[in-house]
Amino acid sequence: MPPKGKMEKPKDTKRTLLRLAKYLGHQKYFLLLALILTISSNSLALFGPKISGNAIDAIGTGSAPVDFESVFYYCRMMILFYAGSSMLSLILSRLMIHISQKISYQMRKDLFDKLVELPVGYFDTHPAGDVISRMSYDIDTVNTSLSHDLLQIATSVITVTGSLSMMISLSPKLVLVFAFTVPLSIFVARTMAKRVHPLFGKRSRKLGELNGYVEEIISGQKTIKAYHQEETMIERFDRRNIEAVDAYYDADYYGTMTGPSVMFVNNLSLSLVSMFGSMLFLGNQISLGSLSSFVLYSRKFSGPINEFANIMSDLQSALAAAERVFRLMDQEPELHDKENALHLTEAEGFVDMEHVKFGYLPGKTIIHDLNLHADKGSLVAIVGPTGAGKTTLINLLMRFYDPESGAVKLDDYDLRDLTRKSVRSQYAMVLQDTWLFEGTIFENIAYGKPDATLDEVIAAAKAARIHSTIMRFPNGYDTHLNENGLNISQGQKQMLTIARAMLLDAKMLILDEATSNVDTRTEIEIQKAMRNLMKDKTCFVIAHRLSTIQNADTILVVQAGEIVEQGNHTELLKKNGLYATLYKSQFQ
Amino acid sequence: MKHLIQTMRPYFPKMSLGISIKFIGALMDLFLPWILSHLIDEIVPLKNHKLIFLWGGLMICCALTALITNIISNRIAAWVARNTTEQVRHNLFTKIMHLSSHQMDEFTIPSLELRLTSDTYNVHRMISMMQRMGIRAPILLLGGIAMTLSLDPVLTAILICILPFIGLLVYLVSKKGVPLYRKLQQHSDHMVRVVRENITGVRVIKALSKTEHEKERFHKANDQVVSTEKEAGYTMSLTNPIMNLMLNTGLTLVILVGAYRVHWGLTQPGKIIAFMSYFTIIMNSMMAVTRMFTMASRGSASAGRIAEVLDAPEDLIVIDKPRIHEEEHIVFDHVNFSYQKKENNLTDISFKLKRGETLGILGATGSGKSTIINLLMRLYDKDSGEIRINGQPVESIPAEKLYTMFGVVFQNDFLIAESVRENIEFGRNLTDEQIQLAAKSAQATEFIDGLETKYNHMIAARGANISGGQKQRLLIARALANHPEILILDDSSSALDYKTDANLRKALHEHYSDITTIVIAQRISSIMHSDQILVLDDGEMLGIGTHEELMQSCELYRMIANSQMGGDFDAA
Repeated sequence: MPPKGKMEKPKDTKRTLLRLAKYLGHQKYFLLLALILTISSNSLALFGPKISGNAIDAIGTGSAPVDFESVFYYCRMMILFYAGSSMLSLILSRLMIHISQKISYQMRKDLFDKLVELPVGYFDTHPAGDVISRMSYDIDTVNTSLSHDLLQIATSVITVTGSLSMMISLSPKLVLVFAFTVPLSIFVARTMAKRVHPLFGKRSRKLGELNGYVEEIISGQKTIKAYHQEETMIERFDRRNIEAVDAYYDADYYGTMTGPSVMFVNNLSLSLVSMFGSMLFLGNQISLGSLSSFVLYSRKFSGPINEFANIMSDLQSALAAAERVFRLMDQEPELHDKENALHLTEAEGFVDMEHVKFGYLPGKTIIHDLNLHADKGSLVAIVGPTGAGKTTLINLLMRFYDPESGAVKLDDYDLRDLTRKSVRSQYAMVLQDTWLFEGTIFENIAYGKPDATLDEVIAAAKAARIHSTIMRFPNGYDTHLNENGLNISQGQKQMLTIARAMLLDAKMLILDEATSNVDTRTEIEIQKAMRNLMKDKTCFVIAHRLSTIQNADTILVVQAGEIVEQGNHTELLKKNGLYATLYKSQFQ
Repeated sequence: MKHLIQTMRPYFPKMSLGISIKFIGALMDLFLPWILSHLIDEIVPLKNHKLIFLWGGLMICCALTALITNIISNRIAAWVARNTTEQVRHNLFTKIMHLSSHQMDEFTIPSLELRLTSDTYNVHRMISMMQRMGIRAPILLLGGIAMTLSLDPVLTAILICILPFIGLLVYLVSKKGVPLYRKLQQHSDHMVRVVRENITGVRVIKALSKTEHEKERFHKANDQVVSTEKEAGYTMSLTNPIMNLMLNTGLTLVILVGAYRVHWGLTQPGKIIAFMSYFTIIMNSMMAVTRMFTMASRGSASAGRIAEVLDAPEDLIVIDKPRIHEEEHIVFDHVNFSYQKKENNLTDISFKLKRGETLGILGATGSGKSTIINLLMRLYDKDSGEIRINGQPVESIPAEKLYTMFGVVFQNDFLIAESVRENIEFGRNLTDEQIQLAAKSAQATEFIDGLETKYNHMIAARGANISGGQKQRLLIARALANHPEILILDDSSSALDYKTDANLRKALHEHYSDITTIVIAQRISSIMHSDQILVLDDGEMLGIGTHEELMQSCELYRMIANSQMGGDFDAA
């Protein structure tokens, strides 16, 4: 490991621990209760060996008669103590489950809340599988560890201090054995932890990568089948799979050393205790009953230390997982709206772009100097060869991204002076990628307008020419769409998203290849409806079909991020430039 | 579980080795208290310091042996778990790759992904833990009992009487627990689905300012997961305290009965001390066993979900059917089909294509255009009628032969997170010439040459770093690259502008004229030069013929054509 990494690692761990502690802090009263319960339940359990030692002393060493009265007394006490302890530990473990579930609920909630605040670009560059892996597997790991280990740590601490004081009270001399073995256990556990921590980090990472790959490939299964490339993909999967299981194995390889090592130290102390204990007994410095109790306590004492080693390895993996979760939480969200940002209730609907310069990655400018004016109620069509930056314009209009320099304006307000919500709510939008969620058709259409009545939804569906198709589904508008939408075609999906946009009462409209999956006959019908919808609205349309754009007020011809031509259909044809070439090519 | 055991079978020898080594380690753990009791009862009264140290040294030796054997056997266990998991994942992934489209629809993609990731992970943990604790704990348990038997059979009998009750307890708890864990897995499926939807729909959600709504939706899903997990945890948490109570009651009884036996001179107090040491071992191993039950409950729920996929029957089996002599390349003969086996999605489809001919398919959304492709490629089996390629019914063509005939671009097809070259080559060992010709024909050369590293440029997952049109060019290049017998373009030129589309058609004509092509398109211009054009409406054929013929005979076709060729339709 490079020295630099060595320096940074512990700092990260500390921060991660601190943040985890914050989550625990929310539950401080429950935790306090848990602590009290732990102390009481373990103290009760701690008295067990003491009492049983007394009972054995009452039985005597064989020469004296058995003191039955004391034996009965101590046995009753034992039962009482153990029953109480079991009762408390049951309550305690439920309490801990409650706490850990609260915490993992909170972590997932925080992570998700963060997720929806991230800029859209994040999802273009990060595989969904990895994000999901953090949400499910990593938080699960943290949760498992919290629910099990926290309790164990508390129990351990109490048992250790408790049994130590008991042992001291039984024979302070014999306790000296532990002055040698305890530091040894701690040393072993720490050395292991240091070694294992990076391995657990790698294990989480590799699993995330595998998940990302799985997500990608399974969704393309049909294509892979069609090219008969199953074997190729399996081979590649195997490679990642091996990396993932190897990382797991590496962590296990060292992780599982810890348990036996610490157990060895325990057995060592047991051996030493029995040796020196026997000596002490011979020197009449300890009774047989006390020695028996001492041995039981020494087992109790080292038991948790043994467990502690397992917990350490659990905690290591939990920490690694928590780090991944926190790293996602630390992603830069979309900039917050300005403090005095204006909430635009209803826009007039004229849009300006002034000297806009923009690139997704710093240093990679794709729009250099864009100027555009769109009047209220006008139709702006954006055409141009593939990859010329048409979708980028939409990203700027809706403020998914801010320009590097220059300004995008709505009603003469710079978008940056408005709340995002109010900017976006001015638009109804239909994108190239159709997006439906698991829910009924009704819910999907009414998504942008939750208070929509069934009549409104039906009207929108009729306008989008999808009503009759919906009625053919077994449950009509209540038909449940699962994520893959097995009974619904790409075109039907698109029409549902059009219906969704139709339902919105927005001042402006964005259609990004909106009808590319809809066949022409349907498109003709939709556009008839669209024209009603578009009345008095400022519309931005990206389309390849020239028939859909030749009536636009302004046609922007985009090439390589620049607007190379601007004008209406006739003007542009006269110009005999790029637009004219594009137009003519359709008849070739 | 059956599959799992089968997968583990090759590792049984190594596992047995691990178990044997673990056995030695566990024996050492058992010897220690025995030596302790011997030391106190037999050696101490001799008052021989040397002997005490000798036996003490023996204890340390046992401890050392336990250390070494435990580490070795744990590593073997980790090794077995690693290999088993690798194999399980491999088998599952292989099976998923070979599932039929129909089966994919039924399992759904997100659920398959979860089975491959979190379920296999649970299984990995289970196997690893089971071997480590699952062997040690029972050995310690049985060994502990055996040791106590040798110390004092009567006292042991008390212990043994308690065991059935504990067994019953564990049985009852896990009987309730396993279904809860299965339910939990379902709820997490749902939660993951919500997350995924939020990732794929981020633009729409933001545009509609539905962030709060989505948070709400996620919180509900989160809630379900948490409350189920709590319920499962609560159930499982019953085991330990109750078991502890039972065992400790047993311990008290042992002391009580022991007192009488000492009184009657049947046993010595040193034995009771040793007995109690073993008792701790027995109790700890019982606890370990119950912890394993919790883990096994979870693991077996996951193993079950994996097995569901592995057990899916083989679909689309190749059926031996005689070849018919006919000159046409592709023949659809009165084909009917329904996805849900209720309403027909295709009714009575018939057409014939000669080698090198082009078929254009035009029709409304949901009219069954893609379904024709699905049947031709045998992604689904037709219900009646016959589909033949080179006179051979598709059901009788083995997969490796059938699927190498096609070059295909599906709707919303996918790119992999690999280089440009690999996306075109797609694992097929093609030459540079083939790839470059395909890229050129697909009009992709210009954009590839514009990339810094050209063909080595890395494409992001789902092609997120290139535009829709660039994506489609790569996909078309992929379809052309191995010069297939049949080329299928399902709506794949929609993201191409007119000029590119026209150039593509020209290139196809020049370099790939012997390929039989099926084009599904929205634009008349993409298909008007086809040898045959099939007009579909609601799964039925409205007409088939050339552009000129259809302009005469098919009203729908004429309407569409007029609207697109700059006729009377004024676009919005």
